[in-house]
Amino acid sequence: MTKPRRSTYIVLTIFVLGSLFPFYWSFLVASRDSGMLTERVPPFLPGGNFFANAARVFDTVPFWKALANSLLVSGTVTLTTVLFSSLAGFAFAKLRFRGRNGLFVFIVITLAVPTQLGIIPLFMAMSEFGWAGGLQAVIVPNLVTAFGVFWMRQYTVDAVPYELIEAARVDGCSMIRIFWNVCLPAVRPAAAILAMFTFMTSWNDFLWPLVVLDAGNPTVQLALEKLQSGYYVDYSLVLAGTTLATIPILIVFLLLGRQIVAGIMQGAVKG
Amino acid sequence: MTVVDKIAPEGNEAGARTPPRPTLRHRLSRWDVKVSPYLYIAPFFLVFGIVGLFPLLYTAYVSLFSWEAGDDAPDFIGLDNFKELFADTQFWNALENTVSIFLLSSVPQLIIAVLLAALLSARLRGATGWRVGVLLPYAASLVALGIIFANLFGPKYGLVNGLLQTLGLDPVDWQAGRFSSHAAIAIMVNWRWTGYNALIVLAAMQAIPKELHEAALIDGAGTARRFFSITLPLLKPTLVFVTITSTIGGLQIFTEPKLFDAMPGSNNGGSSNQFQTVTLYLYQTAFENYELGYASAIAWVLFVIIVLIALVNFFLTGRLAAVKKK
Repeated sequence: MTKPRRSTYIVLTIFVLGSLFPFYWSFLVASRDSGMLTERVPPFLPGGNFFANAARVFDTVPFWKALANSLLVSGTVTLTTVLFSSLAGFAFAKLRFRGRNGLFVFIVITLAVPTQLGIIPLFMAMSEFGWAGGLQAVIVPNLVTAFGVFWMRQYTVDAVPYELIEAARVDGCSMIRIFWNVCLPAVRPAAAILAMFTFMTSWNDFLWPLVVLDAGNPTVQLALEKLQSGYYVDYSLVLAGTTLATIPILIVFLLLGRQIVAGIMQGAVKG
Repeated sequence: MTVVDKIAPEGNEAGARTPPRPTLRHRLSRWDVKVSPYLYIAPFFLVFGIVGLFPLLYTAYVSLFSWEAGDDAPDFIGLDNFKELFADTQFWNALENTVSIFLLSSVPQLIIAVLLAALLSARLRGATGWRVGVLLPYAASLVALGIIFANLFGPKYGLVNGLLQTLGLDPVDWQAGRFSSHAAIAIMVNWRWTGYNALIVLAAMQAIPKELHEAALIDGAGTARRFFSITLPLLKPTLVFVTITSTIGGLQIFTEPKLFDAMPGSNNGGSSNQFQTVTLYLYQTAFENYELGYASAIAWVLFVIIVLIALVNFFLTGRLAAVKKK
């Protein structure tokens, strides 16, 4: 813990400006017409065309539908992942049952299996179920994750005292009520972090939705890619799309920044 | 631990009423204790069965066939797909690209992340603000990011080339060159993940007991000496963790090279596949050429490679940190 020198602030400032720059650049292009890209010295301030370009985005791709789809997918996946992971974490941390340790080790091992590589049979399976093209094909494979179970188990071990569970049982609580009324309130911080991670991951997923969804029923990421994949790339249009897609998540990020940072750092110590 | 096994004494929510049928309640309660844990962990195993285990095994099965999409009676060809794959120059090229992009991204990223974490660990004014600022790129959508960087690195009107020319340097055709395209993609990856990894490293740094640094200070160790002799060795578990996660992610890289193409929507990874990665090749083989058997062989080889490299990483990181400790 040294006291920072001025140079520390300078380096950090440069780093943060570098972090911000691509966002700013995409807004800059999005708020002008594509002509600006041919200028030798690009302008430094945004122009007034952002809303016109954004309107063209809505004409080119079903952006609102994509937004609704992404919200539905990420929202559902986040909800179920948190719920199922907390339940499983509760069971692994606090309940005794045959095979508990073996099953938990198995889950930890599955963390190393890159599920991305299974897209071919998964696609075949989804076609077989008649789910290809539908949102359920994106939702169901992500209902719960090994990371989620692992994470919630680690937290539950310390956060929920056995005495509390015993007291609840003495009072005649069923298991599920103990989970709901005793465990869940105690693990809320970890659940919130897991929710944030899951939402970000799901929101950014690209390969699997690209494989399984139809062009007419995209998520935000697919809509963005569609914008760009014309024969001629109109960057004002495309970057207006990226700005539209980034602004909401950026706002959430800035509002919850403190918790997100704390969550990531806590995850590092625990994991 | 045994607490949970105990069956609750009969009834009485508020201690007032006695339950009408204690035996049924008793049995229900015992059943609840026995069965509940399995019910609670069941969703994971169901989902993993469908999206993890089944695909892994079925991919192995499909890889033994000459299996085209829509083919009802694919031919069993044994290991021919693998034989073909090992002689496939495009596959080796894709593998080389993947490893090259992976090294160009993860090595500088880790080094910068550790240094950045060292800066962030000082007693900064507005510490949280700096941390959030460093983490900002993590909030970007990957696809948006790919598009933005493809634009920045554009050959004709890209800002990066504009800057180079302003400085009197020659512009680089970032997408056309092999190394330059790898470098550009790596910059994209680094831009997104360096701050995130820095925070993970920072957390580990702050867990190092202050006494160690104080003792070393008394012994006359300078900043650099303390960094290499105390901080770095104690960061080892975290560095292993960060390296392995970035390996698994890095070797599967797909979105960035797909969007970096000058021919948008293409899966070639450049005109001469100069930045086609293995996952991109896998995607092209399966969903553009519809050769599912061959693509499955690619998936399995990549899976094995990822596991191997993760293991090598694990040992190497351990070794490096052990050397530093002396």
